[in-house]
Amino acid sequence: MNNIDLKKARAVTGAEAVANAMRQIEPHVVAAYPITPQTPIVEYFAKFVSDGVVRTEMIPVESEHSAMSAVVGAAATGARAMTATSANGLALMHEVVYIAASSRLPIVMPVVNRALSGPINIHCDHSDAMAERDSGWVQFYAESNQEAYDLTILSLKLAEDESVRLPVMVSLDGFILSHGVEPVEFLPDEVVKEFIGEPKMIYPLLDTEHPVTYGPLDLYDYYFEHKRQQVEAMENAKKVFPKVAEEFYKVSGRKYDFVEPYKLDDAEYVMVALGSTNSTIKYVVDWMREEGFKVGALKVWMFRPFPKAQIQKYLNGRKGVVVLDRSASFGAEAPLYEAVKSALYNVAIRPQMGSYVYGLGGRDILPEHIRKAFEDALSGNLIADEQRYLGLRE
Amino acid sequence: MLKSWKEIPIGGVVDEPGKSREYKTGTWRVLRPVLHLDKCVHCMFCWLYCPDMAIVIDSSGQKPKMIGFNYNYCKGCGLCADVCPTNAIEMRPETEFAEE
Repeated sequence: MNNIDLKKARAVTGAEAVANAMRQIEPHVVAAYPITPQTPIVEYFAKFVSDGVVRTEMIPVESEHSAMSAVVGAAATGARAMTATSANGLALMHEVVYIAASSRLPIVMPVVNRALSGPINIHCDHSDAMAERDSGWVQFYAESNQEAYDLTILSLKLAEDESVRLPVMVSLDGFILSHGVEPVEFLPDEVVKEFIGEPKMIYPLLDTEHPVTYGPLDLYDYYFEHKRQQVEAMENAKKVFPKVAEEFYKVSGRKYDFVEPYKLDDAEYVMVALGSTNSTIKYVVDWMREEGFKVGALKVWMFRPFPKAQIQKYLNGRKGVVVLDRSASFGAEAPLYEAVKSALYNVAIRPQMGSYVYGLGGRDILPEHIRKAFEDALSGNLIADEQRYLGLRE
Repeated sequence: MLKSWKEIPIGGVVDEPGKSREYKTGTWRVLRPVLHLDKCVHCMFCWLYCPDMAIVIDSSGQKPKMIGFNYNYCKGCGLCADVCPTNAIEMRPETEFAEE
């Protein structure tokens, strides 16, 4: 985790951090519909608009389907367009989420992770973002408010790169980050403006000198070719991201990568997870290290495109790998576990693997739970084809 | 000639106007309209009803004359044959013209 200079930091919620990233980006258009726990992002941003702090055209739409549709329309004109949502709001956008990606529009959308209904629940898990796993959006998961802020800014540059042109979701854990107060170091406004630069327009709809059509019928003769281009764009995102991260490091001093290793050098047992739970995992790693256990952690920052090569590099030859998922895939393996397990099929020395689902609907994840999973690994008690649960009443 | 994924604009964007002309929807046709000029009274019903503007007429004289069909865009729906008051249009299976 990147160190934060507490003298320069401000204590803010994740929502305020992200809203300030949006203020500094100053998109031409923001269309959003409020939903818990995304609401404070939109509230903060609406205040920036009404106070005249930003010149953004804010469209308070009647649903998330309309929010994403308005943002798609705006982005097609060449405008920078953003929205933010959570859970059922993201599910209602679903149809247009695919259209944003397949129309290759560089939209950045913070997703404040919340459990999908039903039964209805407003608290954190990753079922909402995971339902969009195959939509063609780049997906980041933030561990802290600082990361949610940084990744929002960084994502814009990645999305707009000419070889990428893909929309990006920045996932931050509902309530834990969105409403939790942490120190965040903000970049000066002019630094952000210079980092993101002017938007590069490709096929802008409002360029009447060069009329274009968006969203035409695309049948068996070309649809497949367009999907192949999306596959390539994801590969390009993997090539461009390290360059963007390096540029971001130069202006911020904070490093980003596909994954973040924690005390991995001599670690025999490694835990892999997304989002804010990584902080708890690091706490447990420190705790167990004091007792002499060779444990470590691997945080996955970028989930789509999936950083297979980095996963292989860090996990090849370990004795045990424990993957924590904050969502389930009913009838199959949990999404992060499935991806990590699949990546390790081809490594020279395959570790033992275990899948642990935790925290659904905001169920608390405690250091003791994480320690239990590590102890399963340490005692050789991992079964690759068995899904286990942390914090569930059996 | 269909292009590869490396040769087309991203995002399904059509990058210039009027490109639908290049899209020959006539390839969808299963039945082909065939005109029997001897029965045709040039009433223009077929021209009026055709949803694809695929009826070719000669409008150089005082009254327009039915000449035939634009097979590049005729989808073979058969509306023209249906509305023809003199049965001058016959729908024939495309397979009969496969040699062409």
